Amino acid sequence: MRLEIVPRGERSRLWAYGSPILAIALTLLTTLMIFAVLGKDPLESLRVMWIDPLTARRGISELFVKGAPIIMIAVGLSLGFRANVWNIGAEGQYVMGAIFATGVALYFYDVETFPVWVLMIPAGILGGMVWGAIPAFLKTQFNASEILTSLMLTYVANLALLYLVVGPWKDPEGYGFPQTRLLTAAASSPHLIPGTRIHLGVVAAVIIVILGWFLLSKSLLGFKLKVAGQAPRAAAYAGFSTKSLTWLSLLVGGGLSGLAGMFEVAGPIGQLTPALPTGYGFTAIIVAFLGRLHPVGVFFGGLVLALSYLGGEKAQIALGLPAAVTKINQGILLFYLLGCDLLIRYRLRVVPSKRRAA
Amino acid sequence: MLIKRRTFLKAGAAAGTLPLLGKTAAADEFKAGYVYVGPIGDFGYSYQHDQGRLAADKALGVKSTYVEKVPEGADAERVIRSLADDGHKIIFTTSFGFMDATLKVARDYPDIYFEHATGYKRADNMATYNIRFYEGRYIQGVIAGMMSKAGVVGYIGSIPIPEVIMGMNAFILGMRSVNPQGKIKQVFINSWYDPGKEADAAKALLDQGADIVAQHTDSPAPLQVAAERGLKGFGQASDMIKFAPNAQLTSSIDQWDNYYIDRTKAAMDGTWKTGDTWGGLKAGMLKMANYANMPDDVRKAAIATEQGIRDGKIVIFKGPINAQDGSAKVAAGQTLNDGDIASMNWLAEGVEGDLPK
Repeated sequence: MRLEIVPRGERSRLWAYGSPILAIALTLLTTLMIFAVLGKDPLESLRVMWIDPLTARRGISELFVKGAPIIMIAVGLSLGFRANVWNIGAEGQYVMGAIFATGVALYFYDVETFPVWVLMIPAGILGGMVWGAIPAFLKTQFNASEILTSLMLTYVANLALLYLVVGPWKDPEGYGFPQTRLLTAAASSPHLIPGTRIHLGVVAAVIIVILGWFLLSKSLLGFKLKVAGQAPRAAAYAGFSTKSLTWLSLLVGGGLSGLAGMFEVAGPIGQLTPALPTGYGFTAIIVAFLGRLHPVGVFFGGLVLALSYLGGEKAQIALGLPAAVTKINQGILLFYLLGCDLLIRYRLRVVPSKRRAA
Repeated sequence: MLIKRRTFLKAGAAAGTLPLLGKTAAADEFKAGYVYVGPIGDFGYSYQHDQGRLAADKALGVKSTYVEKVPEGADAERVIRSLADDGHKIIFTTSFGFMDATLKVARDYPDIYFEHATGYKRADNMATYNIRFYEGRYIQGVIAGMMSKAGVVGYIGSIPIPEVIMGMNAFILGMRSVNPQGKIKQVFINSWYDPGKEADAAKALLDQGADIVAQHTDSPAPLQVAAERGLKGFGQASDMIKFAPNAQLTSSIDQWDNYYIDRTKAAMDGTWKTGDTWGGLKAGMLKMANYANMPDDVRKAAIATEQGIRDGKIVIFKGPINAQDGSAKVAAGQTLNDGDIASMNWLAEGVEGDLPK
């Protein structure tokens, strides 16, 4: 008896949605085994990692605070991925958005009466867009792979960040430590619920999910993006310009990443520091695929990944597990997701073994 | 409005801790929490903090919790709050980047004691503490000055903050006290822990003619690069001799043990007070690893230097000290006070290359 992988001929709708659920289930099963091997009570460990973060004080609010930037970035990425535009540099666009927004905040440092954060929003979007525009230009003019250029530009953005916080934007009263002044109240993303860290950026993430869904499902543009990705030649015959879709994907992806960066400095971080890039731009890639490149899916995928961060911290506090537990979880999840996606285009068939003629 | 909100927060904090108090009071369990920036497996900075934690646990019979690899951004506040909510009565946050997050949480939890390492912001329930790491750097400088044939040390810096700059300056002052022509070639890698980058930096510096490696980054990688080339170097934060038995000359070892024991005990007794602690060799917060892989005369000089610093006979930042460009920075007979040292942003003569800008 053996297993055979047979092409389905067309994509299975069932498995397109079933695959992430199966992947999450397999991830839980695997972590269960890892916990058992580490000598921890497996069910207790699962509870600490996946349930405790939600029942803790401020648990749900922290989940949204953590998930908001990841969701924002992933919505933008998934639109581009639909059209086969592989923007891997969201991390850099996120940093650039934060830099542009901080520039506005520092320029209006003495302004107390006017809500400076209102100006920081377009600045953040612009910063991300500028950083997304470079790969778009290189792609459309010179056919340079956006995978490479956008990724490389992430390192450039990080160096620009370091230059600014070590040099011209260093806090003059900060004893030479490389970070900007704390942003003023006028330059902070408004807090919405007292006693929590829920700020305007969380609401913005939800609005972006809705807009993204509308764009993808209800607009001609969304249709063009989907066709360009699934059948590039059909798109060409229909007269859809690949160039303009490349530009659009990178500008939207960059802009939303920049917005996420803006809300992080104006929200929970409160200043520009070298510790700003924590990999949200890369985590968002997992989220985009976990959410089936669909804004609503991305919303839930983002919350699952955010929960994995919070659960990793709880696992350290309550179980004494190492920090690596978070990354291991995310790695296992991505591994299973890619594996399970095989079921969308292929099915498994059991082939009974033939008896050999004597 | 403001008052209302504060009372709300206080009430919330109290409500959060009450059920825990009920549970822990019976078991008489006192919990201490620690937040680390690196993995405890770095065998450097975070590792040493963890050694201090274990020593305090053992000495006082308390139960402690640590969270490692906490990014110095939006996540720090949540981790510190988690520990506070979870009934930890004293919380040590061990990296500079946790400063503002610690302060924010400290304001909301007036009944919990907070201890922040290497920062400068304090509150009634938030103290700061640090080690005079630069004393060990001066001794390393003396050793390097006597050992280096080229008279050039390759120095791997992390982030150009005063702590790193004062260490580099102390090193060159120690080196030039025995070899007035001594030089430092430096590279800043903008990270505290990145074994790959640290090793690359070490290789680049050795290729440029340095024959001893010093580091202000946390992994043993640079020391191991020196060992591979048959050269010598210094460990960082912990004794790294097992990573380079034939290459480590000495290492400045962070000794947080006594501080953690004292402060945790004070918190348990209710005698805890805020303040700033900056201790070095004399206070027992800094120790030098065994002086190894060096001739006898160098070892003797190192021991004498260590003794001199402990006795106060050697004052490291005492004029005349010239800045990098040769201009006088500290006049003869003048001594820098702790405030000047803690905000140092200039390099001394003998260090090559600019601070990253």
